[in-house]
Amino acid sequence: MLHLPLLRAGRPYRSLDVARLTDVRSGEPVVEVSQANPGLIARDLGRVAEGRRALARMTAAEIVERSKEAAGIFVEGEVRVGEGDDSMLQGPEEYVRHLSSTTGMPHALARANMGKIHFVLANLDTVLQGLSRGLDPAVLDRGWGEEDGRTVSYRCLTDTLGVVLPSNSPGVHSLWIPALGLKVPVTLKPGSREPWTPLRVTQALIQAGLPREAFGFYPSSHAGAGEILLRSGRSMLFGDRSTVGAWANDPRVQLHGPGWSKVILGADQASAWRDHVELLATSVAANGGRSCINASGVWIEASKPGLGREVAEALAERLAGIEALPLDHPDAGLAAFPDPSLAHRMSDLVDGHLAAGGAEDLTARYREGGRVVEVDGYTYLLPTVVWCDDPGHPLARMELLFPFVSIVELPADELLDRVGSTLVASAITQDPESIRRLVECPDLERLNLGAVPTSQVDWDQPHEGNLFLHLYQQRAMQAAIAV
Amino acid sequence: MTGELAGSLEARVVEARLRLDAWVREVVAWHFDPATGCPYWLERARELDFDPRKDVRGFADLARFGHFDDEALRGGPVRRWVPKGLADQPVFVFETGGTTGVPKARINVRDFEVDYEEFSGRLSDETFPRGSDWLMLGPTGPRRLRLAVEHLAQFRGGIAFHVDLDPRWVNKLVRDGRHQALEAYKEHVIDQGLTLLRAHDTIRCLFTTPKLLEALAAKIDLRRAGIRGIFCGGTEMNAQFHRFAREELVAGIDFVPTYGNTLMGLAHSPTWTEGDPYDIVYYPPQPRAVTELVDPDDPQREVGYDETGRVMLTTLTKEFFMPRLLERDEAERAEPVDAYPWDGVRNLRLLSSLESSVSVGVY
Repeated sequence: MLHLPLLRAGRPYRSLDVARLTDVRSGEPVVEVSQANPGLIARDLGRVAEGRRALARMTAAEIVERSKEAAGIFVEGEVRVGEGDDSMLQGPEEYVRHLSSTTGMPHALARANMGKIHFVLANLDTVLQGLSRGLDPAVLDRGWGEEDGRTVSYRCLTDTLGVVLPSNSPGVHSLWIPALGLKVPVTLKPGSREPWTPLRVTQALIQAGLPREAFGFYPSSHAGAGEILLRSGRSMLFGDRSTVGAWANDPRVQLHGPGWSKVILGADQASAWRDHVELLATSVAANGGRSCINASGVWIEASKPGLGREVAEALAERLAGIEALPLDHPDAGLAAFPDPSLAHRMSDLVDGHLAAGGAEDLTARYREGGRVVEVDGYTYLLPTVVWCDDPGHPLARMELLFPFVSIVELPADELLDRVGSTLVASAITQDPESIRRLVECPDLERLNLGAVPTSQVDWDQPHEGNLFLHLYQQRAMQAAIAV
Repeated sequence: MTGELAGSLEARVVEARLRLDAWVREVVAWHFDPATGCPYWLERARELDFDPRKDVRGFADLARFGHFDDEALRGGPVRRWVPKGLADQPVFVFETGGTTGVPKARINVRDFEVDYEEFSGRLSDETFPRGSDWLMLGPTGPRRLRLAVEHLAQFRGGIAFHVDLDPRWVNKLVRDGRHQALEAYKEHVIDQGLTLLRAHDTIRCLFTTPKLLEALAAKIDLRRAGIRGIFCGGTEMNAQFHRFAREELVAGIDFVPTYGNTLMGLAHSPTWTEGDPYDIVYYPPQPRAVTELVDPDDPQREVGYDETGRVMLTTLTKEFFMPRLLERDEAERAEPVDAYPWDGVRNLRLLSSLESSVSVGVY
């Protein structure tokens, strides 16, 4: 059977502790994955300076070139996955099948995510410019330089970026790749069901010429994840609310928890809202509704009576048109649940809150049965649009792993006071006073003004916390020497 | 048992079984004799539909007791567990780990000393030199390990140095996700261990848990610090940790994995030699304790060799009688070996049905 070893400073290590991943539909084993014991991770993290020295021997420009080559390998080429007799050359189609078989992601969405990762690898220079706001990459090679006649210098805060990854969507891997362009090695703990993407990206980059010492790949338990977060000078953590909450007071850890992303529809759009239903649907359901940049709320500034409800009804009708299709269907837009009981628990959670009153499932009337459906041996949750009478309703604060959205309507002058933590806000308004309030609102991490879906990423902008500022700190420097 | 077992081993297995049956009769007679038994079992005897002293003729007959409910070990009066035959002896009480509520407790008179004296016979005098001192870096407080390791050191002519460690506080920090506080506590413990190692160059032997060993070895080269033998236990460890310890963490130091708990005593692992698999096999201190592996869905059925089963523990000493407790662990059933001609357990771990379920929510 295919066996994925750990990568310790890029070198394979077959652990005696193995997790076996099974096919979401058949339950048949697909792959064995070596599991790292926490002490092994800690030991390796004590020696990551080697990887940093290896990356330092390349210029940032060379790394960008290698990354462009890796982009081609990632999307079209073959990479070696596995070890010895239990390995194979994995082409792009095998990658899509592997990914889909253990995570339940439709092939079409897997390919779309490949596109995101390809973009970041192929345009690493643009991404780095976005993160560093135009810093000359040579400044990182030399440690200091001149910008607009001023001496600038940055000190790197870590020998590695630790990354504790999720299994929900491969698109998140685009977030750690730029660390290598910033000359920082990565220590990756893949999601338990999704070792495929970080491994493929890693192998593509090594194949393209990046030093293998710059990569650690450690499938492991929660304890192993903790070791990475404790011992990496800087890290990224993807997880649910309780997981990331435990690290909320550690500035070394950049948190990627629930996004509670929202579309805000301004009162000035009262007559134009129909033009935005498609944008709302995309924000909620793109990528199977599995990302933190998917909208889980539509917040409407009250203007004329009944408008909010009308918008909600229209969105429900639109999203109810998304069918659960077999994963290899070209139009499949919903991901299957590897653990069917999780789908049932989520659905029960929603129903429990609906039963308490104050909210209505507007998509229920379009379904013949329940929210949980089985198709072709897979279990899915169908898109769900919930109208909430009050933004304080529990369902108005809920983010779930499928296209789920709540819609609330409230006075314009109250909306931003109650909006709460929001990773991405797409605000559809042209009212200058509303725009001023939006820009000043401290709860909105990323702000899209106008008709931009929450799920649309502009790589020229820093995203979900600025990785450059996470890894580097500006240093005061005076040089009274001739160089 | 397979027919591949050597004749001599087969004979020793039979002999061990006969010894176990005789010991069962002796222990049951002791605990159910009004002159020597403890109040708990004498009272229970009145509810039984059989007479243990007459009807229990061997180990298999213990099935008539059903399964021991260890909830009986919570709370007092603790003296109901003290056999009348030992009433004039000093009594210790040891508690299980526990995080909340009333902990389970087991009384001891000399059981822990006997266990560790037997274990001492399995240690190499070369790597655990007699007369050398010990560092005990593990759970202290009301746990038996603290006194047991000290007794082991003294029994071998040494002195044990200790550092305070409260595992209940550790469990609380883990449960509450207070990672930084947990790390700070670990550092606090490790720093004290390092201080002792540096101050006392007579320390050659170490007892510690797997996690503390990792943390200690990350700070100091234990071989250079003079450590010759490490007795590791206190929590579960798997084959990968065993390999990692031998190959990397403490290469060149004798590494002895053990498994013990308050209710059973101390299980041994056969001597490991280069080329052996890293699987960890534990053998209980039979006849003082017996582990069986049973079908989790039908605990009356013992699983076959190399099959996975739930651990069922029976403790048989004059101080404590506990028949057929279904533990929260599972393992594979291991065949008898020369040094331990009775069944063992391989790759002990938490019951898979008790492992935490998938977390709900995005990611």
